[in-house]
Amino acid sequence: MMRTSDLISSAGRALRANPMRSALTALGVIIGVASVVAMVALGSGAQAQVERSIASLGSNLLIVVPGAMRGGGGVRGQAGAGGGFDSLTLDDAAAIAQLENVAVVAPSQRARAQVIANGANWNPEVNGVTPDFLIARDWNIAQGRMFDETEERQARRVIVLGNTVAINLFPNMDPVGQTVRMNGGTYEVIGVLESKGQSGFQDQDDIVLAPLSTVKRRIAGRRGRGDTVSQISVKAQSEDVLSRLQEDVENTLRQRHRTREGEDDFTVQNLSSISETMAQTTGVFTALLGGISAVSLLVGGIGIMNIMLVSVTERTREIGLRKALGARQSDILHQFGLEAVTLSVAGGIIGLVIGVAGAWGMTTLFNLPLVVSPLNAGLAIAFSGLVGVVFGAYPAWRAAKLDPIEALRRE
Amino acid sequence: MALIEANNLTKLYRMGDETVHALAGVSFAIPQRDYCAIVGPSGSGKSTLMNILGGLDTPSSGGITIAGNDIGEMSDDDLAVFRNQTIGFVFQSFNLLPRLTALENVELPMIYGGVLPKERHERAAALLQRVGLGERMGHRPTQLSGGQQQRVAIARALAGQPALILADEPTGALDTNTGIEILGLFSQLNKEGATIVIVTHDHDVARATKRTIEMRDGHIVSDELNDRSARHDANV
Repeated sequence: MMRTSDLISSAGRALRANPMRSALTALGVIIGVASVVAMVALGSGAQAQVERSIASLGSNLLIVVPGAMRGGGGVRGQAGAGGGFDSLTLDDAAAIAQLENVAVVAPSQRARAQVIANGANWNPEVNGVTPDFLIARDWNIAQGRMFDETEERQARRVIVLGNTVAINLFPNMDPVGQTVRMNGGTYEVIGVLESKGQSGFQDQDDIVLAPLSTVKRRIAGRRGRGDTVSQISVKAQSEDVLSRLQEDVENTLRQRHRTREGEDDFTVQNLSSISETMAQTTGVFTALLGGISAVSLLVGGIGIMNIMLVSVTERTREIGLRKALGARQSDILHQFGLEAVTLSVAGGIIGLVIGVAGAWGMTTLFNLPLVVSPLNAGLAIAFSGLVGVVFGAYPAWRAAKLDPIEALRRE
Repeated sequence: MALIEANNLTKLYRMGDETVHALAGVSFAIPQRDYCAIVGPSGSGKSTLMNILGGLDTPSSGGITIAGNDIGEMSDDDLAVFRNQTIGFVFQSFNLLPRLTALENVELPMIYGGVLPKERHERAAALLQRVGLGERMGHRPTQLSGGQQQRVAIARALAGQPALILADEPTGALDTNTGIEILGLFSQLNKEGATIVIVTHDHDVARATKRTIEMRDGHIVSDELNDRSARHDANV
């Protein structure tokens, strides 16, 4: 019985005897593993990005918007059966606040306005909100403070700037305490929000928060009249009650708006379920990419099998001699099997390095997070080893089964 | 008890519809420290007999015992161990592995015998010394002459401390003088205690041994001791 160390040195010697051939054979596995690793890392990066950007909107959050969401995703406007963009009101928000399992309800009114300060101007989204908005969206103040209930009720001219707005209007100074002009009025900056980053193609920090009443009265114009709002954010007490709360909100609004199911003039979006769906979609996408790349790994394995068969044929005499000198079938099997596994594992390790480098390049290019788990790396190596075992088994078995008399006679 | 005892050995090959009797009932005994030649033309059955003596093949019927091992009853793995421990092969075309040095070639059987590296090196070096190649242990086969390669092969055959050296046309690929040198080496080893069987078609080679077994058509047709003077001639 051959010692393991002798087995390894024998396999290494055989592979070094034909360095070019060994390298080309391993190349098949290198390309296969590299593409699997790169594609899976890229897909996981995309998945993480989607999850991160949805999570940044807030957790346990329902967002109620006017208009019905069609299957295709479009929002039905005024032309629809049950009303249009004006369908949500502050009373709706108050009614929702009475429901069980509600942590916070934050109605808001969106508008656009030119903001001027220090001779610079900027055109952010202006969102009229109540102080609870920050709780609903898991958002924090970085500098200064948020306006309180009193300031909201009194429609004070105070605003909180998003990070992007603050940087653009006040590049070299503390914005807190400064004043800006909006729609001809003067407003005092009392705080700056923490940065949230990009969500899809939208910069979430390109925003100005003002008291809801202030926006409705002074900025939103015609659309701000009456007590309609453009959005109601509803935060549930926990993730578990989120879908039940969604149903309750829908029923409440149907009752108040006197609409039947299917004729809704509002839409309740559940961010967790959207996040789950998108994560699933990107997950399927990742699996698909990985699967396609795995085909190239298969081709690499066939390359190993091919070259091992050639090697067995070329070394028939050597095999015959080794058997005559006392090699058992298992010794020959292990020797050739180990050569195949060495080729594929070496290819797997090099492929992993190249794959990670490629994934790094691509994620940097597409501005995605790089996700390479040690588990995936380990799996890639283990899988390439498996490829070596599977595709090396038949040639090694052929070698082990050779009749020594025939083999020694071969020229 | 003799080292080799063969009793009514047969070997049948089926070639299409025909059955060929490569061995048609062969009986003989070879004692320890014998130095004998099995001669015969091609097709006489001498190669088949050698394969059976070497544990590379098994007889169709009949009994054969070598150093206490009943070859007919052994599994493939048992035969591998038998070849490793009991037989030392010497081939016509040397069959050295070209990528290995002389020393590593001699170590090869000991690798399969599970001998530890340090002991392997020492034993292989001593054997190369013994066959007169102490200066060329690090050479590869392509850097050695035919006679030197066959000496390496003989050292390799001795590596497992075998009970029997089995040589198949050991001088067939060598010029006459080198062939005589190799036969001289065999004589020397025999005097030191080795049992050697040479399979050849060459009667000059057979005369260098102590005993000639002649085969034809699967039968032993003669089995005689060679006289001293003839052996002396061949050794010149």
